[in-house]
Amino acid sequence: MAQSLDRLKESPSQTAGPYVHIGLTPNFCGIGGVYASDLGSTMVNGETKGERIELRIRVLDGTGTPLKDALIEIWQADANGLYNSPAEMRGAADPNFLGWGRQPTDMETGVCRFHTIKPGRVPFRDGRLMAPHVTLWIVARGINIGLSTRLYFSDEEKANAEDPILARIEHRMRVPTLIAERQGDTYVFDVHLQGEKETVFFDS
Amino acid sequence: MAESGSNRAPETGAFFQRDRQWHPAAFTPNYKSSVLRSPRKALLSFDNTLSELTGPVFGHTMLGELDNDLIHNFAKAGERAIGERIIVHGRVLDERGKGVPGVLLEFWQANAGGRYRHKKDGYLAPLDPNFGGCGRTITGEDGGYAFRTVRPGPYPWPNGPNDWRPAHIHFSVFGHGFAQRLITQMYFEGDPLIWRCPIVGGISNKAAVEALIAALDMHATIPMDALAYTFDIVLRGRRSTLFENRPEGN
Repeated sequence: MAQSLDRLKESPSQTAGPYVHIGLTPNFCGIGGVYASDLGSTMVNGETKGERIELRIRVLDGTGTPLKDALIEIWQADANGLYNSPAEMRGAADPNFLGWGRQPTDMETGVCRFHTIKPGRVPFRDGRLMAPHVTLWIVARGINIGLSTRLYFSDEEKANAEDPILARIEHRMRVPTLIAERQGDTYVFDVHLQGEKETVFFDS
Repeated sequence: MAESGSNRAPETGAFFQRDRQWHPAAFTPNYKSSVLRSPRKALLSFDNTLSELTGPVFGHTMLGELDNDLIHNFAKAGERAIGERIIVHGRVLDERGKGVPGVLLEFWQANAGGRYRHKKDGYLAPLDPNFGGCGRTITGEDGGYAFRTVRPGPYPWPNGPNDWRPAHIHFSVFGHGFAQRLITQMYFEGDPLIWRCPIVGGISNKAAVEALIAALDMHATIPMDALAYTFDIVLRGRRSTLFENRPEGN
Protein backbone atom coordinates (compact mmCIF):
# COMPACT_ATOMS: atom_id res chain seq x y z
CA MET A 1 0.00 0.00 0.00
CA ALA A 2 1.08 3.56 -0.65
CA GLN A 3 -0.31 6.83 0.66
CA SER A 4 -3.76 7.68 -0.62
CA LEU A 5 -3.87 10.40 -3.26
CA ASP A 6 -7.16 11.36 -1.68
CA ARG A 7 -8.64 12.75 -4.88
CA LEU A 8 -12.34 13.12 -5.42
CA LYS A 9 -14.11 11.76 -8.50
CA GLU A 10 -15.89 14.11 -10.88
CA SER A 11 -19.68 13.99 -10.48
CA PRO A 12 -21.03 11.59 -13.11
CA SER A 13 -22.88 13.19 -15.98
CA GLN A 14 -26.58 12.57 -16.61
CA THR A 15 -28.60 13.51 -19.65
CA ALA A 16 -30.02 17.02 -19.89
CA GLY A 17 -33.32 15.36 -20.81
CA PRO A 18 -36.16 16.66 -22.99
CA TYR A 19 -36.91 19.66 -20.77
CA VAL A 20 -33.46 21.26 -20.68
CA HIS A 21 -35.05 24.50 -21.91
CA ILE A 22 -36.84 24.99 -18.60
CA GLY A 23 -33.53 25.34 -16.83
CA LEU A 24 -31.29 26.95 -19.43
CA THR A 25 -33.58 28.94 -21.76
CA PRO A 26 -36.82 29.38 -19.80
CA ASN A 27 -38.01 32.39 -21.83
CA PHE A 28 -37.63 30.35 -25.03
CA CYS A 29 -40.05 27.71 -23.70
CA GLY A 30 -42.62 30.14 -22.36
CA ILE A 31 -41.54 30.47 -18.75
CA GLY A 32 -41.44 34.25 -18.56
CA GLY A 33 -40.87 36.55 -15.66
CA VAL A 34 -38.27 34.51 -13.80
CA TYR A 35 -35.18 35.86 -15.65
CA ALA A 36 -35.18 39.07 -17.72
CA SER A 37 -33.65 37.21 -20.68
CA ASP A 38 -32.14 33.85 -21.52
CA LEU A 39 -28.47 33.72 -20.60
CA GLY A 40 -26.13 33.66 -23.59
CA SER A 41 -28.84 34.59 -26.12
CA THR A 42 -27.02 37.75 -27.27
CA MET A 43 -23.30 37.65 -28.02
CA VAL A 44 -22.49 40.91 -29.78
CA ASN A 45 -23.39 44.57 -29.32
CA GLY A 46 -22.72 47.68 -31.44
CA GLU A 47 -19.23 48.05 -29.99
CA THR A 48 -18.02 44.49 -30.49
CA LYS A 49 -14.96 44.34 -32.76
CA GLY A 50 -14.82 41.88 -35.63
CA GLU A 51 -16.60 40.52 -38.66
CA ARG A 52 -20.27 39.77 -37.98
CA ILE A 53 -21.19 36.23 -38.88
CA GLU A 54 -24.03 33.81 -38.30
CA LEU A 55 -23.52 30.17 -37.38
CA ARG A 56 -26.37 27.94 -38.56
CA ILE A 57 -26.01 24.60 -36.82
CA ARG A 58 -28.08 21.42 -36.84
CA VAL A 59 -27.53 18.22 -34.87
CA LEU A 60 -28.58 15.05 -36.73
CA ASP A 61 -29.26 11.64 -35.21
CA GLY A 62 -28.33 8.25 -36.65
CA THR A 63 -31.22 8.39 -39.15
CA GLY A 64 -30.28 11.89 -40.34
CA THR A 65 -33.20 13.49 -38.49
CA PRO A 66 -32.42 16.88 -36.91
CA LEU A 67 -32.74 17.01 -33.12
CA LYS A 68 -35.45 19.46 -32.11
CA ASP A 69 -34.79 19.31 -28.38
CA ALA A 70 -31.03 19.90 -28.24
CA LEU A 71 -29.15 22.79 -26.70
CA ILE A 72 -25.81 24.09 -27.90
CA GLU A 73 -23.28 26.29 -26.15
CA ILE A 74 -20.33 27.88 -27.91
CA TRP A 75 -17.10 29.37 -26.59
CA GLN A 76 -14.70 31.34 -28.73
CA ALA A 77 -11.95 33.93 -28.78
CA ASP A 78 -12.49 37.56 -29.80
CA ALA A 79 -11.44 39.01 -33.15
CA ASN A 80 -7.82 39.23 -31.94
CA GLY A 81 -7.69 35.66 -30.73
CA LEU A 82 -8.02 36.49 -27.01
CA TYR A 83 -10.39 34.75 -24.61
CA ASN A 84 -12.46 36.79 -22.18
CA SER A 85 -11.37 34.66 -19.23
CA PRO A 86 -9.21 34.98 -16.10
CA ALA A 87 -7.07 32.14 -17.50
CA GLU A 88 -6.19 34.29 -20.53
CA MET A 89 -2.71 35.63 -19.72
CA ARG A 90 -1.78 37.18 -23.08
CA GLY A 91 -3.77 40.40 -22.86
CA ALA A 92 -7.20 41.93 -22.42
CA ALA A 93 -9.98 40.58 -24.61
CA ASP A 94 -12.60 42.85 -26.21
CA PRO A 95 -14.75 44.01 -23.24
CA ASN A 96 -17.76 44.02 -25.58
CA PHE A 97 -17.49 40.33 -26.32
CA LEU A 98 -17.89 37.60 -23.71
CA GLY A 99 -17.26 34.89 -26.29
CA TRP A 100 -19.89 32.54 -24.89
CA GLY A 101 -23.34 31.83 -26.31
CA ARG A 102 -26.19 29.42 -25.70
CA GLN A 103 -29.05 28.56 -28.06
CA PRO A 104 -31.71 25.85 -28.25
CA THR A 105 -32.36 24.13 -31.56
CA ASP A 106 -35.64 25.29 -33.10
CA MET A 107 -38.54 23.07 -32.00
CA GLU A 108 -39.88 22.82 -35.58
CA THR A 109 -36.79 22.88 -37.80
CA GLY A 110 -33.95 21.81 -35.51
CA VAL A 111 -31.89 24.81 -36.65
CA CYS A 112 -29.80 26.65 -34.09
CA ARG A 113 -28.45 30.13 -34.92
CA PHE A 114 -25.69 32.13 -33.26
CA HIS A 115 -25.01 35.73 -34.20
CA THR A 116 -21.38 36.26 -33.35
CA ILE A 117 -18.04 37.41 -34.79
CA LYS A 118 -15.33 35.48 -36.54
CA PRO A 119 -12.70 34.59 -33.92
CA GLY A 120 -8.99 35.31 -34.32
CA ARG A 121 -6.30 32.65 -34.11
CA VAL A 122 -5.30 31.24 -30.74
CA PRO A 123 -1.94 29.56 -30.03
CA PHE A 124 -1.67 25.83 -29.44
CA ARG A 125 0.29 24.59 -26.43
CA ASP A 126 3.59 24.77 -28.31
CA GLY A 127 3.02 28.28 -29.64
CA ARG A 128 1.94 27.35 -33.17
CA LEU A 129 -1.28 29.09 -34.15
CA MET A 130 -4.48 27.09 -34.33
CA ALA A 131 -6.90 27.94 -37.12
CA PRO A 132 -9.87 30.14 -36.15
CA HIS A 133 -12.44 27.93 -34.46
CA VAL A 134 -15.44 27.87 -32.14
CA THR A 135 -15.75 25.24 -29.40
CA LEU A 136 -19.15 23.52 -29.23
CA TRP A 137 -20.82 21.71 -26.35
CA ILE A 138 -24.02 19.82 -27.17
CA VAL A 139 -26.57 18.35 -24.78
CA ALA A 140 -30.00 16.77 -25.32
CA ARG A 141 -32.28 13.93 -24.37
CA GLY A 142 -30.46 10.72 -25.22
CA ILE A 143 -27.01 12.28 -24.82
CA ASN A 144 -25.61 10.89 -21.57
CA ILE A 145 -22.57 13.15 -21.41
CA GLY A 146 -22.23 16.51 -23.16
CA LEU A 147 -20.50 16.27 -26.54
CA SER A 148 -17.53 18.52 -27.29
CA THR A 149 -16.28 19.41 -30.72
CA ARG A 150 -15.09 22.38 -32.76
CA LEU A 151 -16.40 24.35 -35.69
CA TYR A 152 -13.72 25.51 -38.18
CA PHE A 153 -14.32 27.80 -41.16
CA SER A 154 -14.33 26.75 -44.84
CA ASP A 155 -12.70 30.01 -45.99
CA GLU A 156 -9.63 29.44 -43.79
CA GLU A 157 -8.08 26.72 -45.92
CA LYS A 158 -4.48 27.68 -45.25
CA ALA A 159 -4.95 28.01 -41.48
CA ASN A 160 -6.96 24.79 -41.36
CA ALA A 161 -4.18 22.96 -43.19
CA GLU A 162 -1.70 23.83 -40.43
CA ASP A 163 -4.04 23.43 -37.44
CA PRO A 164 -2.47 21.09 -34.85
CA ILE A 165 -5.80 19.62 -33.72
CA LEU A 166 -7.11 18.92 -37.22
CA ALA A 167 -3.70 17.40 -37.97
CA ARG A 168 -4.27 14.79 -35.27
CA ILE A 169 -7.29 13.29 -37.03
CA GLU A 170 -6.01 9.97 -38.31
CA HIS A 171 -8.73 9.29 -40.86
CA ARG A 172 -8.42 12.35 -43.09
CA MET A 173 -11.84 11.89 -44.66
CA ARG A 174 -13.28 12.86 -41.27
CA VAL A 175 -11.62 16.31 -41.16
CA PRO A 176 -14.46 17.96 -43.16
CA THR A 177 -16.92 16.98 -40.39
CA LEU A 178 -15.44 19.90 -38.43
CA ILE A 179 -15.55 22.52 -41.17
CA ALA A 180 -18.54 24.85 -41.56
CA GLU A 181 -19.42 25.91 -45.09
CA ARG A 182 -19.49 29.64 -45.79
CA GLN A 183 -22.66 30.94 -47.52
CA GLY A 184 -22.51 34.75 -47.55
CA ASP A 185 -22.16 35.84 -43.93
CA THR A 186 -23.49 32.53 -42.67
CA TYR A 187 -21.56 29.39 -41.87
CA VAL A 188 -23.60 26.20 -42.16
CA PHE A 189 -22.60 23.30 -39.94
CA ASP A 190 -24.26 19.91 -39.51
CA VAL A 191 -23.22 17.81 -36.54
CA HIS A 192 -23.75 14.09 -37.23
CA LEU A 193 -24.08 12.06 -34.05
CA GLN A 194 -23.60 8.73 -35.86
CA GLY A 195 -23.03 7.11 -39.20
CA GLU A 196 -20.55 7.46 -42.01
CA LYS A 197 -20.40 11.22 -41.54
CA GLU A 198 -20.11 11.05 -37.73
CA THR A 199 -18.56 14.28 -36.46
CA VAL A 200 -15.21 14.04 -34.72
CA PHE A 201 -16.00 14.54 -31.03
CA PHE A 202 -13.34 15.43 -28.49
CA ASP A 203 -12.10 14.07 -25.20
CA SER A 204 -10.06 16.95 -23.90
CA MET B 1 -6.77 39.33 -18.65
CA ALA B 2 -10.41 39.47 -17.62
CA GLU B 3 -11.42 40.72 -14.19
CA SER B 4 -11.87 37.72 -11.93
CA GLY B 5 -13.17 39.79 -9.05
CA SER B 6 -10.60 38.37 -6.64
CA ASN B 7 -6.90 38.45 -5.95
CA ARG B 8 -6.36 34.72 -6.38
CA ALA B 9 -3.67 33.70 -8.84
CA PRO B 10 -5.31 32.84 -12.15
CA GLU B 11 -5.77 29.15 -12.78
CA THR B 12 -4.14 28.21 -16.04
CA GLY B 13 -3.39 24.49 -15.73
CA ALA B 14 -5.02 21.87 -17.93
CA PHE B 15 -7.78 19.77 -16.40
CA PHE B 16 -7.35 16.21 -15.18
CA GLN B 17 -8.51 13.82 -17.85
CA ARG B 18 -12.09 12.61 -17.58
CA ASP B 19 -12.64 9.08 -16.30
CA ARG B 20 -15.07 7.91 -18.95
CA GLN B 21 -15.60 4.57 -17.18
CA TRP B 22 -17.05 6.51 -14.27
CA HIS B 23 -19.47 8.52 -16.42
CA PRO B 24 -22.28 6.77 -18.29
CA ALA B 25 -21.28 5.55 -21.75
CA ALA B 26 -22.79 7.35 -24.76
CA PHE B 27 -24.62 4.19 -25.91
CA THR B 28 -26.85 2.75 -23.16
CA PRO B 29 -29.58 0.82 -25.02
CA ASN B 30 -31.86 0.42 -21.98
CA TYR B 31 -32.27 4.18 -22.29
CA LYS B 32 -33.73 4.07 -25.78
CA SER B 33 -33.17 7.71 -26.72
CA SER B 34 -29.42 7.09 -26.53
CA VAL B 35 -29.47 4.49 -29.30
CA LEU B 36 -29.59 6.91 -32.25
CA ARG B 37 -27.97 9.82 -30.43
CA SER B 38 -24.72 8.21 -29.29
CA PRO B 39 -21.46 8.68 -31.16
CA ARG B 40 -19.93 5.30 -32.04
CA LYS B 41 -16.46 6.28 -33.18
CA ALA B 42 -13.51 6.88 -30.88
CA LEU B 43 -13.24 10.37 -29.38
CA LEU B 44 -10.24 12.49 -30.38
CA SER B 45 -8.13 12.86 -27.24
CA PHE B 46 -5.71 15.72 -26.65
CA ASP B 47 -4.45 17.76 -23.73
CA ASN B 48 -6.41 20.98 -23.14
CA THR B 49 -5.51 23.97 -25.26
CA LEU B 50 -6.47 27.53 -24.31
CA SER B 51 -9.85 26.88 -25.93
CA GLU B 52 -10.72 24.27 -23.29
CA LEU B 53 -9.02 25.63 -20.20
CA THR B 54 -10.50 29.12 -20.43
CA GLY B 55 -14.12 30.01 -19.70
CA PRO B 56 -16.38 33.00 -19.07
CA VAL B 57 -17.00 34.55 -15.66
CA PHE B 58 -20.53 35.02 -14.33
CA GLY B 59 -20.88 37.71 -11.69
CA HIS B 60 -23.23 37.63 -8.72
CA THR B 61 -24.78 40.86 -9.98
CA MET B 62 -26.64 38.96 -12.71
CA LEU B 63 -28.74 37.20 -10.08
CA GLY B 64 -32.22 38.32 -9.12
CA GLU B 65 -33.42 38.16 -5.54
CA LEU B 66 -35.65 35.12 -6.10
CA ASP B 67 -33.44 33.25 -8.57
CA ASN B 68 -32.61 30.62 -5.92
CA ASP B 69 -36.16 30.32 -4.60
CA LEU B 70 -38.33 28.12 -6.79
CA ILE B 71 -41.16 28.31 -4.26
CA HIS B 72 -41.61 32.00 -5.01
CA ASN B 73 -39.85 32.92 -8.28
CA PHE B 74 -42.84 32.03 -10.48
CA ALA B 75 -45.61 32.47 -7.90
CA LYS B 76 -48.17 35.22 -7.91
CA ALA B 77 -47.70 37.84 -5.23
CA GLY B 78 -48.53 36.37 -1.85
CA GLU B 79 -48.77 32.81 -3.17
CA ARG B 80 -46.40 29.82 -3.09
CA ALA B 81 -45.69 26.64 -4.99
CA ILE B 82 -47.44 23.50 -3.71
CA GLY B 83 -45.39 20.62 -2.35
CA GLU B 84 -42.95 19.39 0.23
CA ARG B 85 -40.77 22.38 1.05
CA ILE B 86 -37.05 21.62 0.89
CA ILE B 87 -33.67 23.32 0.95
CA VAL B 88 -30.98 21.90 -1.29
CA HIS B 89 -27.47 22.97 -0.36
CA GLY B 90 -23.88 21.84 -0.70
CA ARG B 91 -20.55 22.75 -2.18
CA VAL B 92 -18.98 22.60 -5.59
CA LEU B 93 -15.50 21.08 -5.22
CA ASP B 94 -12.78 20.17 -7.66
CA GLU B 95 -11.12 16.76 -7.75
CA ARG B 96 -8.44 18.06 -5.39
CA GLY B 97 -11.18 18.72 -2.82
CA LYS B 98 -10.99 22.51 -2.99
CA GLY B 99 -14.18 24.57 -3.04
CA VAL B 100 -14.78 26.24 -6.40
CA PRO B 101 -16.12 29.81 -6.13
CA GLY B 102 -18.03 31.63 -8.86
CA VAL B 103 -19.63 28.51 -10.35
CA LEU B 104 -22.92 29.18 -12.14
CA LEU B 105 -25.46 26.55 -11.08
CA GLU B 106 -28.75 26.33 -12.95
CA PHE B 107 -31.41 23.83 -11.91
CA TRP B 108 -34.73 22.66 -13.27
CA GLN B 109 -37.30 20.14 -12.16
CA ALA B 110 -40.85 18.83 -12.32
CA ASN B 111 -43.43 20.11 -9.84
CA ALA B 112 -44.57 18.21 -6.75
CA GLY B 113 -46.85 16.04 -8.90
CA GLY B 114 -44.10 15.11 -11.36
CA ARG B 115 -45.19 17.46 -14.17
CA TYR B 116 -42.90 19.84 -16.07
CA ARG B 117 -44.00 23.23 -17.29
CA HIS B 118 -43.21 22.34 -20.91
CA LYS B 119 -45.43 21.89 -23.93
CA LYS B 120 -43.98 18.44 -24.56
CA ASP B 121 -44.99 17.12 -21.13
CA GLY B 122 -48.54 15.76 -21.17
CA TYR B 123 -48.51 13.80 -17.91
CA LEU B 124 -51.84 13.57 -16.07
CA ALA B 125 -50.56 15.41 -13.01
CA PRO B 126 -51.65 19.06 -13.12
CA LEU B 127 -49.44 22.09 -13.54
CA ASP B 128 -49.05 24.24 -10.45
CA PRO B 129 -49.86 27.83 -11.48
CA ASN B 130 -47.30 29.01 -8.94
CA PHE B 131 -44.40 26.81 -10.01
CA GLY B 132 -42.12 27.46 -13.01
CA GLY B 133 -39.43 24.92 -12.23
CA CYS B 134 -36.18 26.79 -12.85
CA GLY B 135 -33.66 28.51 -10.62
CA ARG B 136 -30.01 29.49 -10.48
CA THR B 137 -27.27 30.65 -8.16
CA ILE B 138 -23.50 31.24 -8.10
CA THR B 139 -21.24 29.56 -5.56
CA GLY B 140 -19.60 31.62 -2.82
CA GLU B 141 -15.93 31.82 -1.88
CA ASP B 142 -15.93 28.32 -0.35
CA GLY B 143 -17.87 26.80 -3.25
CA GLY B 144 -21.07 26.76 -1.19
CA TYR B 145 -24.57 27.19 -2.56
CA ALA B 146 -28.18 26.80 -1.43
CA PHE B 147 -31.64 27.11 -2.90
CA ARG B 148 -35.22 26.58 -1.85
CA THR B 149 -37.75 24.54 -3.77
CA VAL B 150 -40.41 21.85 -3.46
CA ARG B 151 -39.50 18.20 -3.76
CA PRO B 152 -40.26 17.10 -7.34
CA GLY B 153 -42.54 14.13 -7.88
CA PRO B 154 -41.54 10.94 -9.71
CA TYR B 155 -43.20 10.43 -13.07
CA PRO B 156 -43.72 7.80 -15.77
CA TRP B 157 -41.97 8.23 -19.12
CA PRO B 158 -42.18 6.47 -22.47
CA ASN B 159 -39.15 4.21 -22.57
CA GLY B 160 -40.03 0.72 -21.39
CA PRO B 161 -43.74 -0.09 -20.95
CA ASN B 162 -43.68 1.00 -17.30
CA ASP B 163 -40.60 3.09 -16.56
CA TRP B 164 -40.63 5.77 -13.88
CA ARG B 165 -38.08 8.46 -13.21
CA PRO B 166 -37.03 8.74 -9.59
CA ALA B 167 -37.58 12.19 -8.11
CA HIS B 168 -34.72 14.33 -9.38
CA ILE B 169 -33.44 17.84 -9.92
CA HIS B 170 -31.37 18.63 -13.03
CA PHE B 171 -28.17 20.62 -12.45
CA SER B 172 -26.15 22.52 -15.03
CA VAL B 173 -22.70 23.30 -13.63
CA PHE B 174 -20.51 25.98 -15.21
CA GLY B 175 -17.02 26.07 -13.67
CA HIS B 176 -14.00 28.14 -14.66
CA GLY B 177 -12.96 26.27 -17.80
CA PHE B 178 -15.19 25.24 -20.68
CA ALA B 179 -13.77 21.70 -20.36
CA GLN B 180 -15.40 21.46 -16.90
CA ARG B 181 -18.88 21.95 -18.34
CA LEU B 182 -21.24 19.40 -16.83
CA ILE B 183 -24.92 18.53 -16.61
CA THR B 184 -26.10 16.00 -14.06
CA GLN B 185 -29.09 15.06 -11.92
CA MET B 186 -29.56 14.95 -8.17
CA TYR B 187 -31.57 12.11 -6.63
CA PHE B 188 -33.04 11.76 -3.14
CA GLU B 189 -31.83 9.41 -0.42
CA GLY B 190 -34.07 6.40 0.03
CA ASP B 191 -35.96 6.61 -3.29
CA PRO B 192 -36.53 2.99 -4.46
CA LEU B 193 -36.94 4.17 -8.07
CA ILE B 194 -33.27 5.19 -8.35
CA TRP B 195 -32.06 1.62 -8.81
CA ARG B 196 -34.80 0.81 -11.36
CA CYS B 197 -34.13 3.81 -13.61
CA PRO B 198 -32.64 3.13 -17.08
CA ILE B 199 -31.02 6.58 -17.15
CA VAL B 200 -29.33 6.11 -13.79
CA GLY B 201 -28.49 2.55 -14.91
CA GLY B 202 -26.24 3.97 -17.61
CA ILE B 203 -23.74 4.52 -14.81
CA SER B 204 -22.07 1.18 -14.22
CA ASN B 205 -20.35 1.91 -10.90
CA LYS B 206 -22.51 1.83 -7.76
CA ALA B 207 -20.32 4.39 -5.99
CA ALA B 208 -20.76 6.74 -8.94
CA VAL B 209 -24.55 6.48 -8.66
CA GLU B 210 -24.33 7.13 -4.93
CA ALA B 211 -22.37 10.31 -5.70
CA LEU B 212 -25.59 11.67 -7.23
CA ILE B 213 -27.85 10.86 -4.26
CA ALA B 214 -28.40 13.76 -1.87
CA ALA B 215 -28.58 12.91 1.82
CA LEU B 216 -31.29 14.13 4.16
CA ASP B 217 -29.54 16.69 6.37
CA MET B 218 -31.49 17.33 9.55
CA HIS B 219 -28.96 19.93 10.72
CA ALA B 220 -29.86 22.15 7.79
CA THR B 221 -33.63 21.83 8.09
CA ILE B 222 -35.72 24.75 9.23
CA PRO B 223 -38.04 23.47 11.97
CA MET B 224 -41.73 23.80 11.09
CA ASP B 225 -40.78 24.96 7.58
CA ALA B 226 -38.49 22.90 5.32
CA LEU B 227 -36.48 19.68 5.19
CA ALA B 228 -32.96 19.89 3.78
CA TYR B 229 -30.82 17.78 1.47
CA THR B 230 -27.06 18.09 1.00
CA PHE B 231 -25.65 17.66 -2.48
CA ASP B 232 -21.96 18.22 -3.23
CA ILE B 233 -20.82 18.41 -6.84
CA VAL B 234 -17.29 17.64 -8.05
CA LEU B 235 -15.75 19.24 -11.14
CA ARG B 236 -12.56 18.29 -12.94
CA GLY B 237 -9.43 19.47 -11.12
CA ARG B 238 -6.57 21.40 -12.69
CA ARG B 239 -3.01 20.28 -13.01
CA SER B 240 -0.35 22.41 -11.38
CA THR B 241 1.49 24.55 -13.93
CA LEU B 242 4.67 24.66 -11.85
CA PHE B 243 6.79 22.58 -14.20
CA GLU B 244 5.06 23.36 -17.45
CA ASN B 245 6.85 25.52 -19.95
CA ARG B 246 4.54 27.14 -22.40
CA PRO B 247 5.83 29.34 -25.17
CA GLU B 248 2.65 31.40 -25.13
CA GLY B 249 3.41 32.39 -21.58
CA ASN B 250 0.74 30.61 -19.59
